[in-house]
Amino acid sequence: MTGVLHVVRPGALTTVQDLGRAGYAHLGVPRSGALDGPALRLANRMVGNAPGAAGLETTVDGCAVRPSQPVVVAVTGAACPVRVDGRPAAWGAPLLVPAGALLEVGAATEGLRSYAAFAGGVDVPRVLGSRSADLLSGLGPAPSAAGDELPLGSGPRGPAASADAVPYAGLGAPLVLPFTPGPRDDWFTPQALRTLATGRYTVSPDSNRIGLRTLGPVLERARSGELPSEGMVLGAVQVPPDGRPVVFLADHPTTGGYPVIGVVAEAALPAAAQSPPGTPVRFVPLRPVPLPR
Amino acid sequence: MAAGRAAVLLEAEDGEQAAALHAEVLRRKAAGEVPAGAEVVPAARTVLVDGLPDPAAFAAMAAGWQVPPLAAGQGDAVELPVRFDGPDLAEVAALWGMSREGVAAVVTGTVFRVAFCGFAPGFGYLTGLPAHLHVPRRATPRTSVPAGSLALAGPYAGVYPRSSPGGWQLLGTAEAALWDPAREPAALLAPGTAVRFTALP
Repeated sequence: MTGVLHVVRPGALTTVQDLGRAGYAHLGVPRSGALDGPALRLANRMVGNAPGAAGLETTVDGCAVRPSQPVVVAVTGAACPVRVDGRPAAWGAPLLVPAGALLEVGAATEGLRSYAAFAGGVDVPRVLGSRSADLLSGLGPAPSAAGDELPLGSGPRGPAASADAVPYAGLGAPLVLPFTPGPRDDWFTPQALRTLATGRYTVSPDSNRIGLRTLGPVLERARSGELPSEGMVLGAVQVPPDGRPVVFLADHPTTGGYPVIGVVAEAALPAAAQSPPGTPVRFVPLRPVPLPR
Repeated sequence: MAAGRAAVLLEAEDGEQAAALHAEVLRRKAAGEVPAGAEVVPAARTVLVDGLPDPAAFAAMAAGWQVPPLAAGQGDAVELPVRFDGPDLAEVAALWGMSREGVAAVVTGTVFRVAFCGFAPGFGYLTGLPAHLHVPRRATPRTSVPAGSLALAGPYAGVYPRSSPGGWQLLGTAEAALWDPAREPAALLAPGTAVRFTALP
């Protein structure tokens, strides 16, 4: 028997996410997928799902859903209060939510995006191999709205992970983003790379699933003119004409025409996606940046 | 050129060489010299190869490639019937110094090639128009361009796979579904595909 999740409160932005649809960048299709992949994998492990099963990614203020059948759930990612029919329940541990009970993923107390995994997974149709909502190109299910019904899967699942609960790893400030300079660092003044490596940046409130925008010192170009469109990688630090670096996250465009001064290591991106606006950011070059003459 | 710790951006002199380089990367991927899971993303003058265990070694290997020029007329052209009814047809006709019918004749008489995709899933940047027929973008982009619009900007032609904002000059409307994720292949126009437009009455 398969059931559904009734969306009671979608929160600011709740989307279905798995590990994304890699392999179609040449057709202009973003990779998409959970911004904090390790958190989704962990939640899936705790309910006995395959690592890439689809779950819900919330933003800032969580969500509330009511399953039509009993289902094992785990909430990970941003720390938040979890309630089942109003009673406090554990974050970061498997929970049995009875049929018709209200699962509340509360507002994040640390971090931005919580992940709720459901045993069997959220079984919306796959688009190009993935159930992820891609907010740049509109592929996959639309962001959840109140009254939506999301099918629950009955797919193969293994035993739940043996850990009873996991501690919240914490984020710490500042957000440290190790980056490799290039490929277009030569489009900037030598001082610009130095500015990026030493400047005080903060996470901009305009950040989203496409990119982590920053506020801070402007990076000056050494070359004017337009860069012909070129392929963009996950973690690319693109510098638009306003000079403020944007770090590309999962829903980033596959090609772009603004120069990329460096690329942030993929391992640092989950923390980037969990850093609220105002978080101090330090870009740390992975090779020495020469002093400007 | 390294792009992070898992990707290389290979550069070409121009669009023609980029297309030849893209074909070469795909040949070598088919031959097992490029990891099967790597993403190969061609663009205007580059080819991005992402998902490499050792980008520096790959870049060194690629530097030694003898890339043959792109063979003309590989494979069949995708035919796209178009109604030449776009709101910018008169403007383009004026820029080209010919009648609207003349614009339709030039476009239907050109074999285009998908240089690369981007902007939206299934949007192909088509090359093939000679330099003297390149037109600027509109000074003010439209907030909504209808799906199927055949449009020009700079060296490129393109067909909007779905309704979206856009600043290109609109020549007409194609009826084909350029993008359908439920179809295999999802994109009618993939990099390297030859495209021919035919005129609908």
